[in-house]
Amino acid sequence: MHHVVLDEWSRRSSALHRFDPRAKFIVLVVFLVVVATTQRALASLSAALLLLLLACFAIAQIPLAAALRRAALVLPFIAAFAAACWFAGDPDRALALALKSYLSALAVLLLMATTPLPQLLAGLESLLLPRFLLTVAQFLYRYLFVISEEAQHMRIASLARAPRRRGSGMRRGLKEAGGALAVLFARSHARAEEIHRAMLARGFAGHFQTLTRRRFTGLDALVVATASLAVILLRLGAEGLAK
Amino acid sequence: MTRFFGSCYSEGAVHIPDGFLSPPVWVSLDVAAVPVLAGAVRRAQRRFDEARLPLLGVMGAFVFAAQMINFPVGVGTTGHLVGGALLAYTLGASPAMVVMSAIICIQALVFQDGGILALGPNLLNMAILGVLAGYVPFRLWGGGRWRRPAIFVGAALSVLTSACCALAELFLSGIRMPPAMLAVSLVLFLVSALLEGAITLAVIEALQVLAPNAVRRPRMIGALGLVAIFLAAVGVLFASTNPDGIQRLGQVAGIDGYARRLFSTPFTGYETALFANPWLRKATAGLAGLALIYSACALIFRAAIRKRSA
Amino acid sequence: MTPAIEVRGLSYRYEDGFEALRGVDFRLDHGESIALLGPNGSGKTTFVLHLNGLLNGAGSIEIGGLLMSRANLAAIRRKVGIVFQDSEAQLFMPTVIEDVAFGPRHQGLSPAEAADRAMHALATVGMAESAERAPYHLSAGEKKRVAIAGILVMEPEILILDEPTTFLDPPAQRALTALLAGLPQAKIVVTHDVRLARALCSRAVFFQNGIIVAAGDVEQIVARFDWDIA
Repeated sequence: MHHVVLDEWSRRSSALHRFDPRAKFIVLVVFLVVVATTQRALASLSAALLLLLLACFAIAQIPLAAALRRAALVLPFIAAFAAACWFAGDPDRALALALKSYLSALAVLLLMATTPLPQLLAGLESLLLPRFLLTVAQFLYRYLFVISEEAQHMRIASLARAPRRRGSGMRRGLKEAGGALAVLFARSHARAEEIHRAMLARGFAGHFQTLTRRRFTGLDALVVATASLAVILLRLGAEGLAK
Repeated sequence: MTRFFGSCYSEGAVHIPDGFLSPPVWVSLDVAAVPVLAGAVRRAQRRFDEARLPLLGVMGAFVFAAQMINFPVGVGTTGHLVGGALLAYTLGASPAMVVMSAIICIQALVFQDGGILALGPNLLNMAILGVLAGYVPFRLWGGGRWRRPAIFVGAALSVLTSACCALAELFLSGIRMPPAMLAVSLVLFLVSALLEGAITLAVIEALQVLAPNAVRRPRMIGALGLVAIFLAAVGVLFASTNPDGIQRLGQVAGIDGYARRLFSTPFTGYETALFANPWLRKATAGLAGLALIYSACALIFRAAIRKRSA
Repeated sequence: MTPAIEVRGLSYRYEDGFEALRGVDFRLDHGESIALLGPNGSGKTTFVLHLNGLLNGAGSIEIGGLLMSRANLAAIRRKVGIVFQDSEAQLFMPTVIEDVAFGPRHQGLSPAEAADRAMHALATVGMAESAERAPYHLSAGEKKRVAIAGILVMEPEILILDEPTTFLDPPAQRALTALLAGLPQAKIVVTHDVRLARALCSRAVFFQNGIIVAAGDVEQIVARFDWDIA
């Protein structure tokens, strides 16, 4: 499963893995804004940025081909809209859509391949996202794998019991789907109840207390400055060359 | 071609990637999303204290897992659950908004499904407006004889609303589409919406048997609900047949000029697109009108509910 | 000498009316280890959930002399640690160390102290190198050990284990048994695993339909109720 591989990549160690998640996130946003607002010289800028991203993946020791392939998962969606623009007479926009969204997806993938999601979520709290929402996301991610597996098992079990019959009708299919989901819902609910008990048993008193907060170091600030500058300079350079 | 398109829309939820929206659209929606999300979080906090956070997370994981499963629902189609309405019917509107927001954030980060800069628009479309559109019919009619249609319509509306809002944002950003493709898209949206309604209803009905306390039972507001529908229908009719009328209303109220100024200053080039193109003008006027009527109805209900419970 | 646990006349009825416990009397002395045996649904887990106040039935419960009440709840939960059957629900934090440190953090320790204690506890169960790992990636046996660490870190006087060897393969079962045998706390072990009961416990009680029908030597009880699988 996609998220399992990404989770594994994010727990490796390399120079990129060690930087503060907040630093990496800020650089990502700068990158995305630069890409999103580019009007001219998109092709040359895209090439330069692609090389930059590939270099980063290499430093982070993430397999390049696999990374490129994963980012390409956005392509079907893009292709539909790019085609729409093409046929409506706007081929430039079609190309722009494809380049921009692929690069953006690759950049996000780089962040997530070098930062475990729980760490990123914890870091985002200092970037002023509501803690309530972030904690929900933490628990969601924690149990995502577990419940996905349960859902897969249920699906396999139901397929094993009742092989697909032609013409079995929409009604029955819906009923089975509804029933299976309801069971998964109830199990998830029961699990949540157990988690609640486990929390109470270990002294939870109404407020989540987290472990150590990472400190944003001078090195992290340097990384933010350098990387952002690099991206912006590439953009200015590409536009300058295009003149 | 249709098949290809179908695979993109089969999810029933349109996550807009980065690079699709124009800066005025994504910047303004990112900014707008902040207070709205904060509001939803605050409301959810009132209902669920921190001890219940794992429940919200686990329910989010459930919806996420459910979204990844293809359900063969016969007739050669497979269904996917989007889940906003289901969450609203079991957890309540604002907790559902928070859970959907968490889902969308994780989809954007972990699966690159939807952009990061586009989080504002995606959250507004799916986690806020979609959930709200799904919740209103349930709140109005979920407590009585019309419960099952209310659930079906609510779930369908939630998907339809999110998809149409996403499409509108894409058009506002200058994405062009041949009319044939637009028609196909709308049909596919409708199909996803109907599927969502059917699956949501199936799950709720199964839950009634398995875990009856899981699904909420809103108090009936019956008569006022009919008034709301009537007003909304009139509003839609009015907006669609007389968009210039609404615009004139706006002019009279001084809003039109203000809106023009608001758009023209930082967004040169988009002002012309927005106000010169007659199709877009009608669309925005229609949407604005609907929004006004929707909010008016919401305020009326709020007052009525308060009166009832007093 | 006050017993570690003293229960008198404990009764509990579920919301749907089912009487899970019908007047249970129970006593555990300091340093003692008792196995709770009995068929599924006889009330063993329900009973155990009362011992740290997760369920609230009728009757009296005294933990180390403290009467079970709202005021004493926090203190009691520090004395009694329960390792639940489902480790997945028990390890609910994103990483191993955060989970083990959960107890100390919520007892008021600073992040540094909590992390320190957590590392010690992890070392005790042999999972110190897995501190930064996500619970999802652990095997069933590793999860169980981390769960135990998460309870040991709170320095309880009494350790309750609900079906600890379920889902474990034989080597993991052996390792777990050895680990538990080396812990000095008084223990209550809910189990179907007679070998575990024999290895850890001196006494056993037999639950049936919500009451304890017999108490005595582990071998006595096993023989009387034909509870061995061989």
